[in-house]
Amino acid sequence: MSLEPNSILETLNKIWREELDNESIVLNDSTTASDIEDWDSITNIQLVVATEKFYKIRFTAAEISGFKNVGEMVRCIKKKVG
Amino acid sequence: MNDQALTFSELKKNLKKDFTTLPDFKIALLGDSPTQLLNQAIRGYAFSMGWNAKIWEADFDQIERQILDPDSDLYKQSPDFVLLFPSVQKLRIKFYQLSKEKQKGFANEITQQWRMLCSTLQQKLNTKVLLMNYAPYDDGIFGSFSSKTPFSFTGQVRAINVSLDNLSIEFKNLFLVDVNSMHALVGNESAFSSAVYINSGFVFHLNFLPRVALEVCQVIGAIKGQIHKCLILDLDNTLWGGVVGDDGWENLEIGDLGIGKAFTQLQQWAKQLKRRGIILCICSKNDEAIAKEVFEKHPDMKLRLDDIAVFVANWKTKVENIRFIQSVLNIGVDSMVFLDDNPFERNMVRMGIPELFVPELPEDPEEYLSFLESLHLFEIASLSEEDETRTKQYQEEAKRTVVQSAFANEDEFLESLNMEVTVSNFSGYNIPRVAQLTQRSNQFNLRTIRYTEDDIEQIGKNPDYTGLAFSLQDKYGDYGLISLVILKTETDHLFIDTWLMSCRVLKRGMEQFVCNLMVEKAIDAGLKKIIGEYIPTAKNGLVKNLLADSTFKQLGDKWILETTDFAPIKNFIHQSVLKE
Repeated sequence: MSLEPNSILETLNKIWREELDNESIVLNDSTTASDIEDWDSITNIQLVVATEKFYKIRFTAAEISGFKNVGEMVRCIKKKVG
Repeated sequence: MNDQALTFSELKKNLKKDFTTLPDFKIALLGDSPTQLLNQAIRGYAFSMGWNAKIWEADFDQIERQILDPDSDLYKQSPDFVLLFPSVQKLRIKFYQLSKEKQKGFANEITQQWRMLCSTLQQKLNTKVLLMNYAPYDDGIFGSFSSKTPFSFTGQVRAINVSLDNLSIEFKNLFLVDVNSMHALVGNESAFSSAVYINSGFVFHLNFLPRVALEVCQVIGAIKGQIHKCLILDLDNTLWGGVVGDDGWENLEIGDLGIGKAFTQLQQWAKQLKRRGIILCICSKNDEAIAKEVFEKHPDMKLRLDDIAVFVANWKTKVENIRFIQSVLNIGVDSMVFLDDNPFERNMVRMGIPELFVPELPEDPEEYLSFLESLHLFEIASLSEEDETRTKQYQEEAKRTVVQSAFANEDEFLESLNMEVTVSNFSGYNIPRVAQLTQRSNQFNLRTIRYTEDDIEQIGKNPDYTGLAFSLQDKYGDYGLISLVILKTETDHLFIDTWLMSCRVLKRGMEQFVCNLMVEKAIDAGLKKIIGEYIPTAKNGLVKNLLADSTFKQLGDKWILETTDFAPIKNFIHQSVLKE
């Protein structure tokens, strides 16, 4: 598992496509929930749990509610696994 | 019946599939924490069990309001099931708000509240209520001392769960979904996520949620009569360690030593199931005499030959042998479970008999028992004493099958059986069994209407209905209560609301006897007609011609029998005293 930010973004992209069952999703650092169909407060739980499982990490409640966009999540993952 | 564990994502993918051809039912879901995820998980599991579950969700935290307000949306839904989902987290908040004096009586107060809600629901809706009990909760205030003080939330939660058990006995239409045990099994680490709870209020971890949803679906399945009745076991490396044909019975691994313990505890478990009424069968690739020798001679065997209803050991395929077992037992393939350590055999059987449930046994025998315990394979919605004698009945059936071939014709054979039937109304002691038959009989069942014990009790008391329960015995033994009819008196005729029979007594003349008696009842009531109806299902093709064979004449989608034209149908069954 490479830990370069870009590869984290690619991994998240895969997880998002899988969990939201939508192959057309393309994430970038500035993507937010409002940009993606079906990404809401409920499916967000699914996305977070799947990400935690993949990287074998835990996000805190504050981290989860604090993510402003995908980029912030990528940086947080990098900090935890790096 | 129940799929192997699915993840929440897989369940959600099910939601995009085509539900339109599936039979549906409606659930009203009320919770005091957010219910959306549970809703999705239940619909996903229902799909993989072949149902279209339509779920109406009450607004957040409205359990009491919806139930107590007679004009609430709940009462506009006419649900088949009401699912109540209270959380221990909400309970904790309530408890902490109380004065010390009130905390003392907390369990009592909460129980009273549930009793009141259940009784209101029962009065207002003729429906089954599923109540999820509370997850265990250790708030660390008193620690292990909790049991000694009424001021501990931990202790109060335990007391509430025990009271809910009792409540489910008190209300026949109330069924618990045992979240408490499931939670205890996986532990708080796996069942609960603080981050998810703090951010969104959901009280189950996403990895735990599917398990809860599955249990909800299994309880619903059991209420709907979809249950497992039979466990078919392989022998070598499933019931004992080693291969008896190669190793000899003296060298098999069972007993208290080493890995033998794993097989012994599996046998003990199977024996408890048999005691509960589950039929045990053996299906093994072995020489029959060599396989049976283990049951007869090995001192550490917990299962003996008289625990086994049908014992099949030969060199045919397991698919053929399981089909044979099914034909002897005369029960649906989907009510059987097959255990085998060999993945190849499991897959062969799954392919050959897709409706059969074949658990994916863990590779290591020491894991067998915990795994099987966790599956809740044998959920039921009611239990009768007759369940316990079932193995004996099937063994007797095997004897009859042998004797039958010795008679010149069927009449002679039937006469020799000295069959005697006792006819009873629905009352006290037979109500659980009657309700159970309406829930379980799929094949010989004219209209497949399911009734709860409470329904049957009401029918027994209602003068417009005649409920008749038939118990049969013959010289080989007692079959117990095996058939019933529910007749509704209409202005000028009797309508057959229910006519069902256990397939164990097919071809005994039982249905002819029942038909004759229905005509007697009509004549006694001064009615000249009996009207019947056949409602076809996937499983009751067996009774497609029952009404025609019983001399009813078809009229549109109904069938009519004129009592004045009726000549009693030949059978060899004698009636013993009628109990009123």
